[in-house]
Amino acid sequence: MWQYQKKLQYPINIKNPNPKYAQIIISQYGGPDGELGASMRYLTQRYSMPYDDVKATLTDIGTEELAHLEMICAMVHQLTRKLTPKQIKDAGFDTYFVDHTNAVYPIAASALPWRAEYIQAKGDILADLHEDLAAEQKARVTYDNLIRLIDDPDILDPLRFLREREIAHYQRFGEALRRTTDRLDSKNYYAFNPSFDK
Amino acid sequence: MNDRKYMLRKIWEMDFALHELVLFLDTHPKNARALELTRQYRARRATAIAEYEAVFGPYQPTADSTPAEGEWKWIKGPWPWEFDGTEV
Repeated sequence: MWQYQKKLQYPINIKNPNPKYAQIIISQYGGPDGELGASMRYLTQRYSMPYDDVKATLTDIGTEELAHLEMICAMVHQLTRKLTPKQIKDAGFDTYFVDHTNAVYPIAASALPWRAEYIQAKGDILADLHEDLAAEQKARVTYDNLIRLIDDPDILDPLRFLREREIAHYQRFGEALRRTTDRLDSKNYYAFNPSFDK
Repeated sequence: MNDRKYMLRKIWEMDFALHELVLFLDTHPKNARALELTRQYRARRATAIAEYEAVFGPYQPTADSTPAEGEWKWIKGPWPWEFDGTEV
């Protein structure tokens, strides 16, 4: 189970609302490489993981991704604070507002709602860990792109923190992969699937 | 930054250091330095929470220090995602 801590992992204090920025940052909530997918991917893959250290890595990183999801939602929430109908229309935020008002709903920047197809649980430790390594890199690129498009230090500071976490997680998943291959047949890693074959 | 936020920040710094150690230890379970740092940061976190609770009351809703009579203080805002743009 999980227990809530009444804090953000890293503080979000955005002084200036900006619905245009909200519409691109929301992709790291409900987009193809966002934090909702990240947490669901790692927490879902745990059940077919054969090794305790990899189960722990998926659990602990998957849990941190839930905290990142909360940070992204806090950013979108603060960026859409106290908007007037004119500001909503001028920023092109009306297409989101009509369906969700000022709620935070998991969609991509392109407005496509979150889909389970963004994640995979293949039941094969090599396939799943390679997916996780790729996912961390794709999330890092998304943060790189957001940092290129945004010009507000209140937003850039937490985005840089989140980008660094993708790199830290990539490192830990790389170690999990190395520890996995150390336990497989060095002449043929694919000789058997430790998640299924006994 | 007011005293309450400063004291909370001290706890949260320890939380983050401990979280990083958790992830590191998942893939380095016998690393002596990481195990020792975990011990040290746990002690520093416990001290920071005790200092906070002595002044401001309960830090977590499940803690023994959270009063279960009178009024349930857990619900009091601001919640973590809330910021009205003025107070820092």
